Amino acid sequence: MKKYTDTGKKDTRSGFGDGLTELGKKNKNVVALCADLTGSLKMDEFKANHPERFFQVGIAEANMIGMAAGMTIGGKIPFTGTFANFSTGRVYDQIRQSVAYSGKNVKICASHAGLTLGEDGATHQILEDIGLMKMLPEMTVINTCDYNQTKAATIAIADFEGPVYLRFGRPKVANFTPADQNFQIGKAVQLQEGTDVTIVATGHLVWEALQAAETLNEKGITADVINIHTIKPLDDAAILKSVKKTGCVVTAEEHNFLGGLGESVARLLSTQHPAPQEFIATNDTFGESGTPEQLMDKYGLNASAIVAAVNKVIARK
Amino acid sequence: MADYKALEDLVVQVRRDILRQVHKVNSGHPGGSLGCAEFFVALFNELMERNDTFEMDGIDEDLFFLSNGHISPVFYSVLARAGYFPVEELNTFRLLNSRLQGHPTTHEGLPGVRIASGSLGQGISVSIGAALTKKLNNDQHIIYTLCGDGELQEGQNWEAIMYAAGNKVDNLIVTVDLNGQQIDGSTDNVLPLGNVKSKFEAFGWDVMDIEKGNDLKAVMSGMKKAKEKTGNGKPVCVLLHTVMGNGVDFMMHTHDWHGKAPNDEQLENALAQNPVTLGDY
Ligand SMILES: Cc1ncc(C[n+]2csc(CCOP(=O)(O)OP(=O)(O)O)c2C)c(N)n1
Ligand SMILES: [Mg+2]
Repeated sequence: MKKYTDTGKKDTRSGFGDGLTELGKKNKNVVALCADLTGSLKMDEFKANHPERFFQVGIAEANMIGMAAGMTIGGKIPFTGTFANFSTGRVYDQIRQSVAYSGKNVKICASHAGLTLGEDGATHQILEDIGLMKMLPEMTVINTCDYNQTKAATIAIADFEGPVYLRFGRPKVANFTPADQNFQIGKAVQLQEGTDVTIVATGHLVWEALQAAETLNEKGITADVINIHTIKPLDDAAILKSVKKTGCVVTAEEHNFLGGLGESVARLLSTQHPAPQEFIATNDTFGESGTPEQLMDKYGLNASAIVAAVNKVIARK
Repeated sequence: MADYKALEDLVVQVRRDILRQVHKVNSGHPGGSLGCAEFFVALFNELMERNDTFEMDGIDEDLFFLSNGHISPVFYSVLARAGYFPVEELNTFRLLNSRLQGHPTTHEGLPGVRIASGSLGQGISVSIGAALTKKLNNDQHIIYTLCGDGELQEGQNWEAIMYAAGNKVDNLIVTVDLNGQQIDGSTDNVLPLGNVKSKFEAFGWDVMDIEKGNDLKAVMSGMKKAKEKTGNGKPVCVLLHTVMGNGVDFMMHTHDWHGKAPNDEQLENALAQNPVTLGDY
């Protein structure tokens, strides 16, 4: 088994902030917009370095998305920053019409996604955003797993032409992917090789999948662990190749099973290579207040839940 | 009318409740909550005609909607102390499985809450809806709403503000917590609101100021005046001039305490400035 070490817990939103800072220095066309959450999104440094390229729009997300769409006309690359809920549901039609349908090069950067937002509760814990965004034609949907990957993705999407939804989170979590990684949009990252089961994970659940794989390994079960940072376009080839080998799959995400990564994988498999699948995801529910750990435990989004799902799916082969 | 001294005592106790709630879970929003303590106390104990038991439909009583849901600590404290649920439940604020969610919600069935809020900018619309239903039901009672000043940056408010005046929704009193602060700084620095009074007036509202929004007497008499303005063909707007973090010297006149909890030492200091009146939960 490959060994992955946590080089020190960091929040993925800081990966975004640091990536944006780097982009600011190397790409003059990058502009940033924020809706009264500059500190939460870690955009302070970009703002300090480039006040003329930073736009504080106030608590007005719809206006922010529209402005961002307009700024692309003439060659700017706008990065919008607010919480995931206010980056998607709040502004869905603005994104749909002015960004996606109009084919604008806007990077919608969304922090505090999912249950791990914690105590603020369900009004802020969106578990539907991947679904909302992946349903939009021509939208790229990325959900990164740690600080390093979020930083790399932030930098990479500036060079990609087209609308992108970049999803990350609030809490400090394990940082285990390489600092110098070459982030390739749409390309799955194989983290472990195994033969008994495929675990396809995204976001904060990738680290949990690695922990689960270690536990399973001790019991003689080997798992392919695949980090799907890009949910759309999905790396069909990587998933199919793995499931053809293992014969079953567990998908894991901090999102509703409706509309999430799991459904995308199910669609792929049902049309190309039917195989038993178990879903680690929330079960059509809103979240609630609590600490991130308590919530991930209560809603079954952790390594032990993945282990249980693996045992179940293997029995169904 | 409730005994004035008792209401003053309640204000101080509510401040304690706010501070203790956010301190315990090291999260939540003390700044805006503290600034609105007098308003909530006056509203729930002096102004609103309220039924003894909580029913979602609120027939034959005044209703209140909190649009700026992040100031839930003051809302919860005043609701509990008005008898909607046990005061001890304030101990569960923001904890797993609690009815006292980070932002108010109907989802867990907390008495006193009629709509979820937290995502800003939606409360005036909901209030208009409830006000229209009152009219359809021939119910003469009033809808009270509170929203933040930063919150007014959300465009939906202005859709609602236009609707309410254009359709003579005159059983509605929207109070704006004019504390001049939001998350990233002062409202002037983040996105200037301009002349809020003229804006509401230009949209056709009957607007009045309560200059001393942290003076209980001024709030009580101001809100009574606002109530007298209802029923005259125009929605009523009250600009409540408050100080964010009011009652705790180191929290006042800054946005720093918008959404930050005090540590142990800071709590002790803050509570010392607000000695127990009615008893802690
Ligand atoms: C739609 C939406 N956007 C952003 C936020 C994040 N947010 C919570 S409170 C707040 C500032 C609110 O300012 P104001 O209404 O003045 O309240 P105060 O800070 O005075 O309590 C922001 C931006 C939110 N809750 N909802
Ligand atoms: Mg304010």
